Amino acid sequence: MFDKDTLAIIYVALMALTVLLYAILDGYDLGVGMLMPLNDDKQADTMVASIGPFWDANETWLVMAIGLLLIAFPAAHSIVFKALYLPTLVLLISLILRGIAFDFRAKALFTHKPLWDKAFKFGSLFASLSQGYMLGQFIVGFDQGYMGIAFSVLSAVGVAIAYTLIGAAWLVMKCEGALQLRAIKWFKKALFISGAGVLAVSIVNPLVNKDVFDRWLDTPVYWLLPVLCALCFGLALFEIKKMIARKYADNANDDRCWTPFALTTAIFTLCFGGIALSFYPYIVPGTLTIWDAVAAPQALNFLLWGAMIVIPTIVLYTAYSYRVFWGKVSPLQYY
Amino acid sequence: MLETLMLSRMQFAANISFHILFPTITIALSWFLVYFKVRFNLSNDPVWMRIYRFWVKIFALTFAIGVVTGVTMSFQFGTNWPKFMETVGNIAGPLLGYEVLTAFFLEASFLGIMLFGIKRVPPLVHTGATIIVAIGTTLSAFWILALNSWMQTPQGFEMIDGVAYPTDWFAIIFNPSFPYRLTHMVVASGLTASFLIAGISAYRLLKGDNKRAPYKALKISLSAAAILTVTQVYVGDLHGLNTLEHQPQKIAAMEGVWDTEQGAPLLLFAVVDEKSRTNHFEIAIPKMASFILTHDLNGEIKGLNEFKGDHPPVAPVFYAFRIMVGLGFLMLALSWSSRIVLARKKKLPKWMLRALVLMTFSGWVATLAGWYVTEIGRQPWLVTGVLSVKDAATDIAPGNVMFSLIAYLVIYVLVMWAYLHTILTMSRRAIEVEEIVEQQEQLSAPSLQPKEV
Repeated sequence: MFDKDTLAIIYVALMALTVLLYAILDGYDLGVGMLMPLNDDKQADTMVASIGPFWDANETWLVMAIGLLLIAFPAAHSIVFKALYLPTLVLLISLILRGIAFDFRAKALFTHKPLWDKAFKFGSLFASLSQGYMLGQFIVGFDQGYMGIAFSVLSAVGVAIAYTLIGAAWLVMKCEGALQLRAIKWFKKALFISGAGVLAVSIVNPLVNKDVFDRWLDTPVYWLLPVLCALCFGLALFEIKKMIARKYADNANDDRCWTPFALTTAIFTLCFGGIALSFYPYIVPGTLTIWDAVAAPQALNFLLWGAMIVIPTIVLYTAYSYRVFWGKVSPLQYY
Repeated sequence: MLETLMLSRMQFAANISFHILFPTITIALSWFLVYFKVRFNLSNDPVWMRIYRFWVKIFALTFAIGVVTGVTMSFQFGTNWPKFMETVGNIAGPLLGYEVLTAFFLEASFLGIMLFGIKRVPPLVHTGATIIVAIGTTLSAFWILALNSWMQTPQGFEMIDGVAYPTDWFAIIFNPSFPYRLTHMVVASGLTASFLIAGISAYRLLKGDNKRAPYKALKISLSAAAILTVTQVYVGDLHGLNTLEHQPQKIAAMEGVWDTEQGAPLLLFAVVDEKSRTNHFEIAIPKMASFILTHDLNGEIKGLNEFKGDHPPVAPVFYAFRIMVGLGFLMLALSWSSRIVLARKKKLPKWMLRALVLMTFSGWVATLAGWYVTEIGRQPWLVTGVLSVKDAATDIAPGNVMFSLIAYLVIYVLVMWAYLHTILTMSRRAIEVEEIVEQQEQLSAPSLQPKEV
């Protein structure tokens, strides 16, 4: 049995891992949704097929993250979501819209398909924007003043672009031919914009937040993160340029199609690590630490024993599911 | 303008009522799919694959709506009912946590393999995935009903400074009303799926679809409905007895009993009047309510007046209970009569098919009515004896809650319209598909399951 203080650390680590996994996993399928072209039905079908077997489980990580916050830090859950009441509403409505559009587009009347495609694309867009807005609000400590809102809007756009980046990387990995070429271009574009975005947030965040500023100044070892992050951006640019060169030289070699996705995952992890280090041990920046908000040990220990058995199992069968659908995507067929 | 408390209640009711419609179908439909798939594996008769393929599409659609409307729930607790988690979070939290860990990931991950993986995995693995999805949906019902039942009949905890702390997890999960509520709900789900399958198959037969698939599906679903209706009468009775023991005020509201009575009559119909605390226009069977609830014609039933100020609003509980029971008996009559006619004549008369089409979503209505009985019947408590609903409410501005409520209602109408429309479209499309020729069946059966794409 763990004591309260240890449990707070275990659960915040678990929650951080869950949020990161969510951002990577639902990030790529939201990104694919935002990138979906409305003028090319075949490409749209292939893109949807590439995320078909996964999106459900990806979204479950969000339920898990919110659930962990609710279970382990109930006081924080109610502060956070009362402050974010309306952005949460936008997120939920968007997730409902895109989730159903995914299924309806394949099954409804043919004449309704373009409508569902739009619902899917814009549902994905607004879900991403609202998540970014919520992240921004979290970082500025739910400051709803002029500066706070401005920063949150910047963050909304930043997260949406980051999701397009990982979505494009996913498509580079899973698709072939014209669509892959298109995805490569999307990736390159998104890489430049998100690079600028990460830089902007990294500069603005310490400026609006004095604690964060001091913390980064006091701990030089933290600076490893941005250095590594810049390295990943550079490598991704290098890889994608080589890929473009190969494509135009009609070189079919596609062995390294996984590199953009792997590098984007690394970028996500490093950025997330940067945010986490800026705020730990606060669960609500400036107001509530994890030790203030943590629930009773009896409850958390009871769940932890189960989690220690179940989470590795989840990882195993998730890996199995990815193995089953390994390689380039084939046309979506319901059976 | 309405107050935040009332608006929050309406919003939560809207969210959970809309959400529950879809799991109610998928919990049992997943087991029907297992049955179809196993029949195919055993017989290699492609008609089972046909049925499986038609219903797995409807399953996928229903499941997706269940997932996305369910995500909403995990945010609601904090936004609209902050005191709920602050007071009983140490108990509710882990139960919800186990639902996510053991059920949500399981069903979502294997659903991918079940829907899109049939050509990528060996047939047995695919059947296994189908079974795992069914287990996942059932586990999810297990955990959420454990929590709901605990809120109705809490035990296994102690209160320290107004916060509940768990003392005995086994007692918490297997609280007194849990076994009955779980069985009642799972059977209700079985009935909902049975009547859905029967209704849509009947629709296809009515429209001249004379293939074997809708006929077989109709037969199976009617058999299931016939068995399940009888089971439900028995389980419902047990659940009622359990409620009488633990929440007598709910029973008093369900039966419309104002003064404590020996030999209380069973009210088939009445207009309840909470102001004058009496009933009008009663149509009653003498002594029957006492007999059903105490198994004694002169048994005592406690009246609402014994719980003055601490009992639920009577009218919604009273009427919803009659809708549920009335529909239940209609389902019983229709499933038995049509199953017997089908066994004797190998087909159903048109009026019976039409009646089944009308009853396609009867399970939804009965299930919702049942939930209203049990949840409104819990009022004024959120957790019986521990936390009242009004103490749990949020302090968000009513305008915000009004706005979100309207937004949800608009999207729900849209989703419901699209869902029904799509099911209809899929049924019409299925009618036009050609019957499989007997000769080709044998040849093509193995090729339905190629190992490689």
